[in-house]
Order: sequence, then C-alpha cells, then structure tokens
Amino acid sequence: MSDPVRTLPAHPPVTDWVHDFDHTDARWTDDPFPIWDELRKVSPVVHTDRFLGCYLPITYEAVREIAHDTEHFSSRRVLVRDERPEVTRNAAPPITSDPPEHKPAKQLLLPPFTPDAMKKLEPRVRAICNELIDGFIADGKCDAAARYTKHVPVRTIAYMLGIPEKDSDLFIKWIHMVLELGIKDESMLMQAVQEMTAYFAGHIEHRKTHHTDDLISTLMKAKDKNGQPLDDSHVLGSLRLILIAGIDTTWSAIGASLWHLAKTPADRDRLIAEPELMPTAVEELLRAYSPVTMAREVTKETVISGCPVKPGNMVLLSFPAANRDPAVFPDADKVVIDRRENRHAAFGLGIHRCVGSNLARMEMTVAIEEWLKRIPDFKLDPAGRVKWSEGTVRGPRQLPMLFGKTA
Amino acid sequence: MAAKLKIRVDQDKCQGHARCKALAPELFELDEFGNAHEAGDGTVPAGLEDKAWLAKANCPEIAIEVTEE
Repeated sequence: MSDPVRTLPAHPPVTDWVHDFDHTDARWTDDPFPIWDELRKVSPVVHTDRFLGCYLPITYEAVREIAHDTEHFSSRRVLVRDERPEVTRNAAPPITSDPPEHKPAKQLLLPPFTPDAMKKLEPRVRAICNELIDGFIADGKCDAAARYTKHVPVRTIAYMLGIPEKDSDLFIKWIHMVLELGIKDESMLMQAVQEMTAYFAGHIEHRKTHHTDDLISTLMKAKDKNGQPLDDSHVLGSLRLILIAGIDTTWSAIGASLWHLAKTPADRDRLIAEPELMPTAVEELLRAYSPVTMAREVTKETVISGCPVKPGNMVLLSFPAANRDPAVFPDADKVVIDRRENRHAAFGLGIHRCVGSNLARMEMTVAIEEWLKRIPDFKLDPAGRVKWSEGTVRGPRQLPMLFGKTA
Repeated sequence: MAAKLKIRVDQDKCQGHARCKALAPELFELDEFGNAHEAGDGTVPAGLEDKAWLAKANCPEIAIEVTEE
C-alpha cells in the first residue's frame, strides 16, 4: 500500500514540549515516555497552540478528572487534528456521543462484547493465530507486525461483523487514512469515511434479504430507546467505529507485548514457566504500553488539577501517560509482569470505557499464548528496525523478529 | 478470628471494566451489559478475603467497597 499524495501543514520539530507539544513529532512517535516524565515535573496540564489549541493532561489524576467530566468536556471530536471541521451527526456512536445520547447507543453494543461472549469467540481466535504462525514459522524470521499482530484483530473483527476476512487490506488502508494521514489531511479522512460507508451500505443491503448471525445484523435489528429501529446513519456510524477501534488498537497492544518479550528474555521465560501469570502480565503490558490516546473538546471553562482550561481547545487525553504516573504506579517506568495492584486506565475511565476491552484482552492473551507455545525462543532482528505508528494509537508497525535456530 | 467482609459495587461508578470478575469470579456477577454486581448479598465467604481486597485494588473506577462487619 502506498501513501496517497498529500500536502502537509507545517509541523516543525518540537523544541519546547511544555508550551508547544506535538504528538506527531518524531521524538514522541519513537519514545514518548521521557517527554511525559519531564512534563509531569512541570505541570499536570500543558498546552500547545498547534492543532488550533490543545491541552495535554499528563498526570493520572488530571486524566481521570477530564474522563469523568462530561459537563465541561465533549466527545463530539475524538481526534486531535490540524483542522476542526463541522461535527457530523452520528459520526461514530457511542464514542462520539455525549450524555444523554451516549448511554442507549452504548448499551446496544455491550452485550456482544461481554467476557462470556468472548469465551465463545476464543477458539476461532486461537485458530486464526495458528494459521498465521503456520505461514511463517518455517522461515525462522518474520516481520511480526505485518505477518501476525496485524492480522489477529483484523480477521477477528471481520469474523464478528460477518464481512470477508480477505478484505483485510481495505480495512487497514482506511484505518491508516483516518488515524494517521487524517490528522494532517482532512481529505484523507473524508475519503476513508465515504469508502467505509459505501462498503457497509452494501453489506446492510444484502442482510435485508439474507439472514445472518453477526454484529451487522445485531445492529440492524436493534431498537432505540423509543422502540424504533436505528436509522441507517447510526448503524453505519457504529460499524465504522467497530472497524476502526477494533483493529489497530489491538494490533498495537499485541505488537508492543511481543516487542517487550523479545527484548526481555527473563519475562518471556517466566511467562512460559508460569502460564498462570498471563492475566496479570497482560494487564501490566496494557499499562506500560497502552496504545490508545483519546481526545475531548473543552465546551465550558473549568479548572483541572489547578490548571485553568478554556473552551475552544481540544484535549489530548493520554491514558498512556496517566498509566506511567509514578504517583499512582510504583516503578511506573518498569514492566513488572506480576504487578498485583494495577488500576490502569488503558481502556479509558468513566462512561466511555472501551466497549471492546474484553475482546482486546482475549485477543492479546490468545495471541501471546499461541506465539509462546509455537515460538518460545525469539528476539528482535538486529538487522531490521522497529517502526512505531504515528498519532494517537501507538504500536509497532514493523517488528522484525528472528526465532528458532536463527534466534 | 478475622473479621467478616462484605463487598458492594457502586452501580453509579461501575463502567464494566470487569477486572473484579476476572480476579474474584466467586464474588462478582456480570449483567447482560457486562456491568458488575456483588454475588448474593455481598458477604465474602471465609478464605476469599484476599480476593475481595485484590478486586477493590484493581477497579479502575474505584467502584468497589469492602467493609468489615
């Protein structure tokens, strides 16, 4: 896939992170943790004039306050970008919904994503992981981001939605256009939304005459709080959300986990020796390498952790930075795979808690377990380079590994 | 003898992270939306006290109360 032609507004390299931060800066993309540690010493909330004005809460407490405050902060815009076009109705409910519309929109999506529902899905995910590993294990090496961590969530989401797994490349292209290119180029985002809408409209049309048992059908049959079917724009918005939110997030989480285990043989060997540690380790990997940063828009003036916050600005709601706050997590910068107390916010806090959190945990657990069973001995390929995604979902997009006899 | 514990999930605070159910499945139930409730009347059976405290310590919404009776 090649990047479409685009024009970039100026994003000069950041020299003053306290007054001019930029989450698309190369330093942030490569290694944001030292930046956050420095900022935390200065103020719980910092501001940049980039992106038409944006705050960054950097402590756990400031992030928690904003996530719980739907009176002064709106979710109508959930990406911090160069432009701030008109808000469209039903952009991607419920992630873009505020109270009172939020709760009914979210309740429609919750039942298919409960832990029990995920248990039923688990065998399919385990099979997907093994099919993928079959494809490269004999080579003794692979780009784990391109051959493994990407495909686990893509194929799982396609299976849940009831759309062809072979369309995966299309989904990846749209996600790249929305979450990475779209930050600086509005037309990319619009094009992806139009293409997704047309794609799903076809699948909705097909289900009007053919019975299927999948998430698209579930949404089509759902009723709103007045007992009426959802209008098409709501169904399409939620389908776009599930596709975008369900793929590169978990791709990132699985990738960052394997990256950590590849460069930390002690943790890898301990997980193999003590498989019962896996649930605790997964939570710690989620804390330390939380992939998802969300956004809010300030709608009313308020004060957060002693810092005045003014309307007209966006907020980069960094759950990953909150999860590295040493005031809440002892040894916050260390991965402690048996950390017993871990109140991390990787899936958000408050009413917008990630709908897919149980799915993500299941996929991470299964993908790591199956990899460790088949490829217990692996390391980063010193001849290759690990590349991290740009924007608000952080994870390895290139992850060259050696294993077996070559490791 | 150790004090008897009772747990309660604050329904206004619970957002369905389901950490409590994962850590202490004997003590919590999830509803159809995945939100947690204490099992039964919330009384913690003898021997499960550590799990009750662990669930409380891992709830991201601080929605679990543990009281000693």
